[in-house]
Amino acid sequence: MSKALKVKVSQSDKVFDIVNYAILFIVFLSVVLPLYFIVIASISSPDAIYSGEVRFIPKDISLEGYRKIFGDKNIWLGYKNSLIYTTLGTIISVIVTMAAAYPLSRKSFTGRNVFMVFFIITMYFNGGLIPTYLVVKDLGLLNKWPVMVIVGMVSVWNLIIARTFFQHSIPDELYEAASIDGCGQLTFFVQVVMPLSKAIAAVLALYYGVGQWNEFFRALIYLSDEALYPLQLVLRSILIMNQNSDNMVGDVISMMERQKQAELIKYGVIIVASLPVLILYPFLQKYFVKGVMIGSLKG
Amino acid sequence: MKSSYKKKSFVASIKRVGGDYQLYLLLLPAVLYMIIFHYLPMYGVQLAFKKFIILKGITGSPWVGVKHFARFFESIQFTRLIKNTLGLSFFQLIAGFPLPIILALLLNQARHPSVKKIVQTTIYAPHFISVVVLSGMLYVFLSPVSGIVNQIIQYFGLEPIYFLGDPKWFKSVYVISGVWQSTGWGTIIYLASLSSIDPSLYEASIMDGASKFQQIFFIEIPSILPTAVILLILNVGRLMEVGFQKAYTLQNYMNLESSEIISTYIYKVGLLKSQYGYSTAIGLFNTLVNIILLVSVNEVAKRLKQNSLW
Repeated sequence: MSKALKVKVSQSDKVFDIVNYAILFIVFLSVVLPLYFIVIASISSPDAIYSGEVRFIPKDISLEGYRKIFGDKNIWLGYKNSLIYTTLGTIISVIVTMAAAYPLSRKSFTGRNVFMVFFIITMYFNGGLIPTYLVVKDLGLLNKWPVMVIVGMVSVWNLIIARTFFQHSIPDELYEAASIDGCGQLTFFVQVVMPLSKAIAAVLALYYGVGQWNEFFRALIYLSDEALYPLQLVLRSILIMNQNSDNMVGDVISMMERQKQAELIKYGVIIVASLPVLILYPFLQKYFVKGVMIGSLKG
Repeated sequence: MKSSYKKKSFVASIKRVGGDYQLYLLLLPAVLYMIIFHYLPMYGVQLAFKKFIILKGITGSPWVGVKHFARFFESIQFTRLIKNTLGLSFFQLIAGFPLPIILALLLNQARHPSVKKIVQTTIYAPHFISVVVLSGMLYVFLSPVSGIVNQIIQYFGLEPIYFLGDPKWFKSVYVISGVWQSTGWGTIIYLASLSSIDPSLYEASIMDGASKFQQIFFIEIPSILPTAVILLILNVGRLMEVGFQKAYTLQNYMNLESSEIISTYIYKVGLLKSQYGYSTAIGLFNTLVNIILLVSVNEVAKRLKQNSLW
């Protein structure tokens, strides 16, 4: 009797497993197929894409699209600008965020709760687009590259993550021990806390870094000089506003041909733009996940 | 003896303040940033009640009372903007909130760790695709002439659909692409709370002959409920905050009827048409609605004796 019951239960679990794997497989495919299609379309001939012959394998493989993309100076300029903004912005953001998170994580720090409220208010209430724009304008930052690394420097969400990390991994006793040897809080932070916090620095760097790399709104609002455009704004003009620079579509005359070329370039551009993040991502995944985990702990 | 003790404690307290002073120094850059880029603009919110004159600045510009608000409430845009913004976010919430929970439960039950790992790594990936690239992908996939989606539709003998040129389709495109991009990432937080379930609960349930379904319903769902409630509260508090970037990049004059939302309108009125006061007023209205939503949902959660934010 009990044996029969056991068999029955395990059978229902087997069905569950099969259904479960089937669903997970569909989910997996629905994420992978669109990305896969972009890759094969980017190396196929535009005629094959137009006639619908590209389905699961690339057709008439050519690197024409990529040749045109890499020959375009706007894309290179955007890439260079984005690299600069991302590197510089990430370094500044991580340092400022960690420096602020450390005092806020110390129980003995006078005014700790007041400061926390001071930061958290900004998550729910903000001046809005125009008042912020006017402040940036009054500071003379409009259409200057530093605006890209200064505005958005501190994310309160990341600040809370870093604070939670410090609370759990830097005990107060550590400072007490160091202070007996005459170590001040500043020295302690630079020489003890920072080296002990590489994991959280990595998490923050990834969050800020990906944010900067994908940032588009800030550039749209504050930058008007095309030479300062980050990659995302260059992408927007190619992908969404259909403005290929002339040297990309080149001397193709017929309207239809131009359109086909533009389409091919779009596929390639999507790959080129997402490549840095997607290549690094599998190696860095654990840090991203770690960030979400720390964020979900109650500080 | 007594005086030396006093002296010591005095020195100690000086030292403590000294130590604190260095902590304040560490905090200073972030505080300055917040004052300049978040609190100064809050002072600028008064523009919502003023007629902005550049030469006079924010403080010197004359007051106009609630003129901007009245104009917004009476304008033909008002109902459309509210309808579009709330419509998009409700639809997004209904589709986007339960899916990560279901997916996390399924992933958690995957028998082989390698399967779980591969699926996880894959479904997190779209989170890192930028909004511009996502919109670009939608444009190429949904193109009525060359897009793969319409090729498939035509393969089945149906008429091609111009998804991005038709106001009827905008919501679906917006929400489905959002689900595609963020469902995987959304599972992380639930997987974290699932992994913290005491294994003895599972063992006991197996002893009692519980099936996997029963484990999900009686062990796993109750244990992730608090997390889900908190996330639901936060999401409802952001109902009016439909992402500017995606709506703006997917917008064109043909689908404007359903794609114009509050944030894109604020941008257009404010920066493209330079109506500073009016734009600020709409922004303030938006923020206030958000805060009211957040507070009321939190209140409801409290009444239901569930978790609440405060």
